[in-house]
Amino acid sequence: MSAVAPDTHLPATGGARVPPPAPRSKPPGTLVVVAALLRKELLVELRTLESVPGMSLFAVSTFVVFHFALNRSSVDGDLAAGVLWVTLLFAAMLGVNRLFVADAEQGGFDGFLLAPVDRSAMLAAKVLALLAYLIVLELVAVPAFGLLLLGPSLGHALPGLLAVLALADVGIAVIGTLIAALAVRTRARDLLGPLLALPLLVPVVIGAARASSPLLALGGHGGVGGVPIKWLATLGLYDLVFGLIVYAVFEFLLED
Amino acid sequence: MNSRGLRVLSISTVAAFCVSLCLVFFYAPIEAEEGFLQKIFYLHVPLAIVSLCGFVIGALLAIAHLRTGDQRWDLRSYVAIHMSLIFGVGVLLTGSIWARGSWGHWWVWSEPTLVSFLIVFLLYATYQPLRFAIEDPERQARYASVFAITAGAFVPLNFLAVRLSSSYLHPRVLGSSSNLPAPMALTFVVSLAAMALLFATLCSYEMTAKRTRILLKSRSRILGYR
Amino acid sequence: MTMIAPLASTLPEHSNDGYVAAAYIVFLAIVLIYVAIMAIRLSRMERDLRELRTRAEQDPHTEQPGRAETHERTPARERERETV
Repeated sequence: MSAVAPDTHLPATGGARVPPPAPRSKPPGTLVVVAALLRKELLVELRTLESVPGMSLFAVSTFVVFHFALNRSSVDGDLAAGVLWVTLLFAAMLGVNRLFVADAEQGGFDGFLLAPVDRSAMLAAKVLALLAYLIVLELVAVPAFGLLLLGPSLGHALPGLLAVLALADVGIAVIGTLIAALAVRTRARDLLGPLLALPLLVPVVIGAARASSPLLALGGHGGVGGVPIKWLATLGLYDLVFGLIVYAVFEFLLED
Repeated sequence: MNSRGLRVLSISTVAAFCVSLCLVFFYAPIEAEEGFLQKIFYLHVPLAIVSLCGFVIGALLAIAHLRTGDQRWDLRSYVAIHMSLIFGVGVLLTGSIWARGSWGHWWVWSEPTLVSFLIVFLLYATYQPLRFAIEDPERQARYASVFAITAGAFVPLNFLAVRLSSSYLHPRVLGSSSNLPAPMALTFVVSLAAMALLFATLCSYEMTAKRTRILLKSRSRILGYR
Repeated sequence: MTMIAPLASTLPEHSNDGYVAAAYIVFLAIVLIYVAIMAIRLSRMERDLRELRTRAEQDPHTEQPGRAETHERTPARERERETV
């Protein structure tokens, strides 16, 4: 974990300053640690730009591919929801693959384990970072979708769509972080990550696509009132259950 | 499990299956709607229930492994999940045959139980590749347990989500295990018991074989030959 | 539909006996395949055991050169030396 030349990748713990505990003083509170780790993640991403631009570009390219594959100039309703969510899901997989790579390769895991902080801080920081990447991805992909492929106007669908996107993103972030940590120290990590994550994310796809479909329908009613509540409830339940489970098991992945 | 226990298990499994098959073909009445095809119900549904319980048991065993650090729990978890996966193949194949007989297609998306099972199967099919991609045995066991717990929690959620998404008005024939007439209910319970016994027997055999192989390897290492 | 017409003669759509039999046969096949795999593993284990036994009987004290020392081996070797 020694310092690296400034114009290459930052060392995994380079940006953060977790204050070393003086004897007989309290170790830093968890929120402080999470904030510090999150700041490091976002700084590294901003300087290296290795995940988010790729994810966004992938999403836009996928929309183009869909245009040719479906031979359609505009989609609506079920088809629109399907195209949007499949694209977002696969773009998210790209981000998941990269999430722990820097830590695994540059000893970030060991550095974190040596610090006297709550282990779940790393989980929280990584989930929030992945969530941030997903939000940026959607800031690019959803307008692009509205422009390229969506038949009905995006503006009407937006409020309800934002609620669906938010809930689905949390689910993808939680499961994505777990699977990223699981896959990063295996041999076929780029293959195993999506393979593990896709079945686990099927309920998210079901909930998100079914919730978005009436919003994106021709003459569809937008606004949060247009979304069937049961799908939002399903997404919420999924986020809650898996949030708890991942919180419980994550530390077993960090031991070495 | 010693050899006497294994023998008891095996014999009771065979006996249970004999009884169950007699009940299925000679005692249970022919169902009004589906006719003779409905007999697959006594094979397909017990397979599915035992398989799903096996996955959940695998998750519970994995929790025990993470809490105690004892590798034997991990071995039991692995065997339970592996066996449930094999039973899962049976579920999908028998379900497909039933769908073909009922609706003329080898696969139907309108049957939520079958669809959920496919997703669960695809998930657990990654369990072994995950294990074999990690070389360090202790880390392999730990990561596998984490996966088993997550996947075990996923199973009920998945069933809920798929069930909600199925908007078809088909009468759910494959899942009609509620309000069965008494002779059918009895046959079903016996078939379920037989399938559960088979699961336990095969798991015990698998555990014994694995433990023996571990012993063999450690002995040969002690003697310095491998 | 026309492609499955020859199949239809053995599994006519009106009688569903064929499907029930097919399902039970599939189940039986899975169990038997599993048993066969177990049998193969068992015979392999027996062969390894036999090999170990003959090797242990032939030369109980030699060890192959360049083999890595493990902690487990040292007490075993001491025990063998003591018995001679």
